[in-house]
Amino acid sequence: MIRVENLHKGFGGTEILKGISTTFEKGKTNLIIGTSGSGKTVFLKCLLGLFSPEEGEIIYGDTDYDDLDESEKRDLKEQMGMVFQGSALFDSMTVAENVRFPLEMFTKKSKKEMNLRVSEVLERVNLENADGKLPSEISGGMQKRVAIARAIVTNPKYLFCDEPNSGLDPKTSIVIDNLIKEITEEFNMTTIINTHDMNSVMEIGEKIVFLKQGYLEWEGDKTQIFKTENKAVTDFVYSSNLFKKVREAQLKGL
Amino acid sequence: MFYLQQIGAYFLMIKEIFNRMTKSSVLRKLIIKEIDDLVINSLGIVAFISFFIGAVVAIQTALNLTSPIIPRELIGFASRQSVILEFAPTFISVIMAGKVGSFITSSIGTMRVTEQIDALEVMGINALNYLVFPKIIAMLLYPFLIAIAMFLGILGGYIAGVYGGFVSSEEFMTGLREDFIPFHLIYSFLKTFIFAFLLATIPSFHGFYMKGGALEVGKASTTSFVWTTVAIIIVNYLITQILLS
Repeated sequence: MIRVENLHKGFGGTEILKGISTTFEKGKTNLIIGTSGSGKTVFLKCLLGLFSPEEGEIIYGDTDYDDLDESEKRDLKEQMGMVFQGSALFDSMTVAENVRFPLEMFTKKSKKEMNLRVSEVLERVNLENADGKLPSEISGGMQKRVAIARAIVTNPKYLFCDEPNSGLDPKTSIVIDNLIKEITEEFNMTTIINTHDMNSVMEIGEKIVFLKQGYLEWEGDKTQIFKTENKAVTDFVYSSNLFKKVREAQLKGL
Repeated sequence: MFYLQQIGAYFLMIKEIFNRMTKSSVLRKLIIKEIDDLVINSLGIVAFISFFIGAVVAIQTALNLTSPIIPRELIGFASRQSVILEFAPTFISVIMAGKVGSFITSSIGTMRVTEQIDALEVMGINALNYLVFPKIIAMLLYPFLIAIAMFLGILGGYIAGVYGGFVSSEEFMTGLREDFIPFHLIYSFLKTFIFAFLLATIPSFHGFYMKGGALEVGKASTTSFVWTTVAIIIVNYLITQILLS
C-alpha cells in the first residue's frame, strides 16, 4: 500500500501538484488518469522518488520516504519495478540480458539461478523465444512485455507503469492491461498505472485517481467513473465519440 | 553566470561518479566494453592521422630548410619534437574529442532521451557511476594509443623524409636522437592522462544532463566537442607553462 498525504510539487515557481492525498491499495491496479498537463507524470515520478516533493508525505507500507536515509531509500527502490512509456530497454542488451540486469545488480544468485529466473519471467509474459533478440528486433508490444518482465524479475512490492499502452494497437493494449492485472494479483503488488487510455480504465481500473490541473479532482473505481456527475471527469471520459454515443444512449434509456 | 553554473555542475558530477560504486562483476564487463568502444576502435583513425601528420611535418621542415648552414638532421629532430610534444598528445586528443567525445555524448544522450537513465535511477543505481566510471577507467589506456601515435608519426616522418629524397636515413636518425630530453616524454604522457580524463568526462556531462529529443542529442554532441576541445587547449597551455617554461 502507498499512502500520499498533501503532496505539493512545483518547478520554477509553478506549482504542478497542489496538495494531493490518496491511498493506493495492495494487490489492486491503481490508475492515475487525467488530461495532458494535469500532473500525472510528475505525480508518478514523485512516487518513484525521482522528484522530491516540496511538501507532503509519501508512505510506502508503514515507512515514510522522508524518514529514510540514502541507503534505506536505495533499498526501497530495489522493491520498485517500473515500466516506462517507451519501455526504456537497454538497447545494447538482448531481451534476456535486459531482464537479467536487475538480478545481476541486486542479487547474489548464481548464473544458473539467474538464467532460470529469467526463463520463468519471460515465460510468464509469453516471450520464451525472444530471449536472444535485441529490443530493436522486436515489436512495441513485445518491448512492453520485456519491460514488464524486467520490472517484476526481482519480485518487487510496487509496480509503476507510465502509459503502458502508448503506441500500441487496441488488441495488444488489452493483452498488456490484462497481463499487468494478472501479475498484480499473482504477486500481490501495489500497482500504479499512469494512463489516459479509457480502455484501460474499463479493463483494469480497480482504483482510479483523476487529476485536474494538479488537484485530485475525483477518485473511485471503473464502475463509479461511468456514473459520476463530476463535469471534469465526464468531459474526460466522454471525450471520444464512441463513449459519447454510449452516454447519449444511456441518457435516452436505450 | 551560466558557464560558472555549468562548471560547478561538472565538478559535482565528477564527485558523484565516484560515489556508490556499481557491483564489481558488472563493472568489469562494462570496462572491457568501453576499452573496445573508446580505445581499440580508435586505433585505425589515430594510426592513419599520426602517420600522415608525421610525414607532412618532415616534408614541411625539409622544404623550409633553405639555408645550407642548417643541417639536414633538423628534419628528424623537428619530426620527433613536434610529434612527441604536441601532435601526438594534443592534436590526436582534439581529433578524439570529435570521435570518442561525440560517441559518448550521443550514446548517453540517447539513453537520457529514451528514459534508460531514468530506468537505472528508479532501480536505485548510481547512473553516473554505472555509465561514466567505466569510461574513465577505459581511457587510462589512452596513453598507449598516444604512444602508438608517436611511433607512427615519427615513422611517417622518416618514410616521407628519406623516401621523398629530402634527407638520408643516417641524417634523420641522428636528428631523431639529438638533444633528446626524457622529461619531454613525461610531460607528454602526463598531459595525455589529463586529456583522457577530460575526453571521458566532458562529453559524458553533456550527454547526461541534456534535455529534449533527437535534435538536442545532435546539439549536445556539437557542444561537447567544442567544450572538450576548449578544455584540452587551455589545459595544454597551462601544463606547458607549468612544466616546460
